Amino acid sequence: MSGLRADATFTPGLPAQPSDTSAALAAYAAANGMHVSGERPSLLRYVRGLWERRDFILTFATARLAAQYSTARLGQIWQLLTPIFNAGVYYLIFGVLLETNRGIHPFIPYLCCGVFVFNFTQQTVLAGCRAVPDNVGLIRALHFPRATLPISVMITQLQQLLFSMVALMVIVLASGVRVTFAWLLVVPILVLQSVFNVGMAMIMGRIGAKTTDVSQVMPFVMRTWMYASGVFYKVSTFTAHAPPLVATALKANPILVYIELMRFALIGQREQLASPPARLWVMAVIWSLLVGVGGFVYFWQAEEEYGRA
Amino acid sequence: MDAPSRPTVVVDNVHITYRIYGAAGKKGNAVAAFSRIITRRGGRKVTREVHAIRGVSFTAYEGEAIGLIGRNGSGKSTLLRAIAGFLPTDSGAIYTRGQPSLLGVNAALMNDLSGERNVVLGCLAMGMNRAEVKRVYPDIVEFSGINENGPFIDLPMRTYSSGMAARLRFAISAAKKHDVLMIDEALATGDARFQKRSEERIRELREEAGTVFVVSHNNRSIREICARTIWLDRGVILADGPTEEVVSAYEKAQ
Repeated sequence: MSGLRADATFTPGLPAQPSDTSAALAAYAAANGMHVSGERPSLLRYVRGLWERRDFILTFATARLAAQYSTARLGQIWQLLTPIFNAGVYYLIFGVLLETNRGIHPFIPYLCCGVFVFNFTQQTVLAGCRAVPDNVGLIRALHFPRATLPISVMITQLQQLLFSMVALMVIVLASGVRVTFAWLLVVPILVLQSVFNVGMAMIMGRIGAKTTDVSQVMPFVMRTWMYASGVFYKVSTFTAHAPPLVATALKANPILVYIELMRFALIGQREQLASPPARLWVMAVIWSLLVGVGGFVYFWQAEEEYGRA
Repeated sequence: MDAPSRPTVVVDNVHITYRIYGAAGKKGNAVAAFSRIITRRGGRKVTREVHAIRGVSFTAYEGEAIGLIGRNGSGKSTLLRAIAGFLPTDSGAIYTRGQPSLLGVNAALMNDLSGERNVVLGCLAMGMNRAEVKRVYPDIVEFSGINENGPFIDLPMRTYSSGMAARLRFAISAAKKHDVLMIDEALATGDARFQKRSEERIRELREEAGTVFVVSHNNRSIREICARTIWLDRGVILADGPTEEVVSAYEKAQ
């Protein structure tokens, strides 16, 4: 091996060392505890790497949320004002102008649950499409498990949602709904939806990394999804007259499931739900495991390709 | 040159080609975007191939500082990116010990946040944990010299002059120990005093860790820092040897 060193190091004027075969070099590298640069880590090592980066994920997500409003004069108050304005606009259109509120009581909390819960998934999906392209500089400069990016995208949106939830609880209380123990269910619901969302962010993250055009198309997909998710009206408006298969598909819509669970927890009113609570819980768990785990594996499979042209 | 010990980077006959895709622009309206998706990026034809690295081989050892010189477009940065694992090789192989890192923390920083928060963010991005960040924080601020003219570290980074920002970025990047550290033109920033300090810091990093690669068009910096230099030209190594010989030959060729 000492011959290699002399060849490789000090040969002014000569292009390289053709004397060593690739096999010999590979053996030499292995003998010195070296590995091929840029290889994809195993799934287990990947998860461990992510865990080691947890401080970064959290700080990165928080920093982005803080930076978002840093130039606005009212600053962080916008985190609370934005969802309230959002709900206000939908109330004006669907509650006052189109009167889709018929048969729904109390309508304002019902609407706000729909808007805020849907918004969480929508924003995560849209930001997920841009998670890789927006951070190409970071990817090309630093080594870290790339899943950090979609995860921090989801956490930014979760933090935004927590502000919305404060607003939502005030709205629910103001409209005369009583606080019950069922409110504690908000925590498991948000955990399930977060797992689902992080899976979505990873799926969209991988697609958006290769095909940047998706971020142009996704707003339309998400808007369609919103109208199918019973955000401003009962989904039974559709399911009552649809063929059984379509009705089942509409009821299995994951976002609808999370919205209905949130309504169940905060407002009660079982008879307004799209499916019985037990079935909603089962579907919520299945969706979050399926999309969460599946999305993670799907994202990891292209790990070494992110940031390459 | 002190006797080199264990190898840190082995580059074996590496070729790298950039493929440049034409036609399909980045954006456009939704209809165009949608049609591109359903036609499976039909507009993405390889219009040109740039053979950036053509058969490069060398071995780097612990404790070496290696200068990379050559004209613009000779493949220096491409080679560094490939060693760091950010670019695939077309043929050949690159073996590394530990994780080679580019000195490039700037990408993680956010201009709207204060210098203080950026130091924390940058350190975490490089893989430190909170306790380590706490430990190195005073050194980073001290080294960057940001607070020399007043308590600027509390202000958003967008209010910094470009020199101040560059100093802070270098200070953050240099705070971590690296097995293999690659510095791509980071020394061109800052005033003369800061350049001197940076060079000292790079020498320290080399002693602490493993191997340092320096890309620079400043031959004086290369002579100051590196004992060994590789001269790249159009993706081929023209010379690889003691800095004085290689840099002199390079200067003569200009």
